[in-house]
Amino acid sequence: MSDRIFGGIGLALALFIIWQARLIELSFISDPVGPRTFPIIIAVVLGVSSLIILLRPDAAPQWPRAVRLLEIAVSVAVMVAYAMLLPVVGFVVATAFAATFLTWRLGTKALWSVAVGVLTSLGIYAVFHLILGLSLARGPLGF
Amino acid sequence: MDALSSLVDGFAVAVTWQNLFLALIGCLLGTVMGALPGLGPSNGVAILIPLAFTLGLPATPAMILLTSVYFGAMYGGRISSILLNIPGDEPALMTTLDGYPMAQQGRGGEALALSGVASFVGAFLSTWGLVFLAPQLVKLALLFGPAEYFALYALAFATLGGIASKNQAKAAFAAALGLAIAMIGVDGQTGVPRFTFGEVHLYDGIDFLVAIVGLFALSEVFVFLEHGGAGAHEGQAGRARIGRIVPSLSLLRHCTPTMLRASVLGFIAGVLPGAGASLGSFISYSMEKRLVDRKGTFGTGDPRGVAAPEAGNNAAAGGALVPMLALGVPGSGTTAVLLAMLLALNITPGPLLFQKNPDVVWGLIAALFIGNLMLLAMNIPMVGLFVRVLLIPARILMPVVAMVSFVGIYGISGSSFDLLVMIGFGVLGWVLRKLDVPLVPIILGVLLGNAMEANLRRAMTISDGDWSALVQSPLSIVLWAIAIIGFVLPIVFGKVLRRRLSLRKDAEGAAVD
Repeated sequence: MSDRIFGGIGLALALFIIWQARLIELSFISDPVGPRTFPIIIAVVLGVSSLIILLRPDAAPQWPRAVRLLEIAVSVAVMVAYAMLLPVVGFVVATAFAATFLTWRLGTKALWSVAVGVLTSLGIYAVFHLILGLSLARGPLGF
Repeated sequence: MDALSSLVDGFAVAVTWQNLFLALIGCLLGTVMGALPGLGPSNGVAILIPLAFTLGLPATPAMILLTSVYFGAMYGGRISSILLNIPGDEPALMTTLDGYPMAQQGRGGEALALSGVASFVGAFLSTWGLVFLAPQLVKLALLFGPAEYFALYALAFATLGGIASKNQAKAAFAAALGLAIAMIGVDGQTGVPRFTFGEVHLYDGIDFLVAIVGLFALSEVFVFLEHGGAGAHEGQAGRARIGRIVPSLSLLRHCTPTMLRASVLGFIAGVLPGAGASLGSFISYSMEKRLVDRKGTFGTGDPRGVAAPEAGNNAAAGGALVPMLALGVPGSGTTAVLLAMLLALNITPGPLLFQKNPDVVWGLIAALFIGNLMLLAMNIPMVGLFVRVLLIPARILMPVVAMVSFVGIYGISGSSFDLLVMIGFGVLGWVLRKLDVPLVPIILGVLLGNAMEANLRRAMTISDGDWSALVQSPLSIVLWAIAIIGFVLPIVFGKVLRRRLSLRKDAEGAAVD
């Protein structure tokens, strides 16, 4: 069943690409092929392979249970929040929080996770910023 | 001998304190990454690319660092195969067959040392192969016009799914998806925006480094989250009995013919498009079993069963560099990632690389020789140190991987938008891995998409819009024929081979070789 849904999505994506490709404005100077053709060729390959996947699906993979899916969803949300907040609160604070969360969710005890998270953040800061001189996001506190 | 004098120049480039230091760091990091289950050569190299890039390393040192990581990971993969029966990465799978039984018999140290030597023999011989074969391939590639290049790219995509591909429709899907992603951004020839939906961030297109780190490194983190950080291997390494770590001379002599044969086979498997290191170790092992296993000892801890796959997969790693450097078309996942590094540095691999930047090519090859000697030195006496590394549990390691990925990508652009795109690719990579869709063709599509389209349009401009120009030269006809055969063959023969290959495959091994 998973493959049928997947093939369906792929087919829709292929049609979407063709539709969008036909909307690409043409410039007044152009080569014989133009900017539309190659995307359309790709979309056709995408569509045909999706159709084959849809018609001849493999055995469905074992999807994690709802709890685990929620776990992944929450982790994604934390990462998104991390990406958005990084420039605001600065590297060390944001990374300590994100690393603590991930460590905790991967099965470390809560208190240890805080220690590991803070150490991870400080360790990366030390190696990449202080030693290697990479510019990391700077927060209001200067780190 | 042209190649030899170029190689001498290469040593002059490679032997500086900075380069030697980078090679040493790369070998160390690579071995550690290879040894850790869940981190293989391709995601190991992927994490380090943004760093090498943001540190502002010039091309030669950056490539030396990354190829050292690549080769180090090929060496390191065997450690957990032998001690834990968990391949550290996919090519090390075959090493579990005889390596783990040896460890159970208390000969783990011997197996580690022997496989270290075998890895060295394979890598060393294949580097010589690279020295002599790559310039020959370059001569051929100089005959290529746009139509031939277009056919060559098609060949790369058609064969990348490889002989072990499960479902060619999914491999084709992945390639098309990657190419479609490459289309996002301003069209290079006419300057019109495509698929940007008015989003300014998309005008430059999707940075392939963002895609690579998301697909390879971050998706690995999601795999671990899915299993609640289940690290079955935790704490077992300390218990494995290692025994003596110096192989006896008679054992080495006993295994020498095996190592030599496996190196040759592995090298060939590496050069061929789409075969890669996993196949290299697989065919080396099975051929050796046919040839010398008269008493039926393979699979029960025969030292030759350890030497063959290790020599084979390391030789394949060197072989895979041949098409990547000479043609600009990678034959495996990790070489695709290395290609990304070159492209990020504005260096186009292919025949012109050998003419325009011989220092990069030959410096790199010289560094491979040096790196292999370092790895041999590291992997025999210091193997105990790497065994310790296996004690780091995934629940602590994986967040570090995620955070380093973020640091690398943020370092390049300093934009939150790229981080969000990377998270998107991470999730996409996780879902596609669940669905058994290979990730390497996506990367290759993102990398080569624009070059492929440019060559098509150039060919059409030359022929004034006549599409039959694509199949007019004998060279392009041959390339198309190989592409078609390469795509159809796995559908016919794939099943048999796959059944054997996946015999003991750990479903949670690294994504690609």
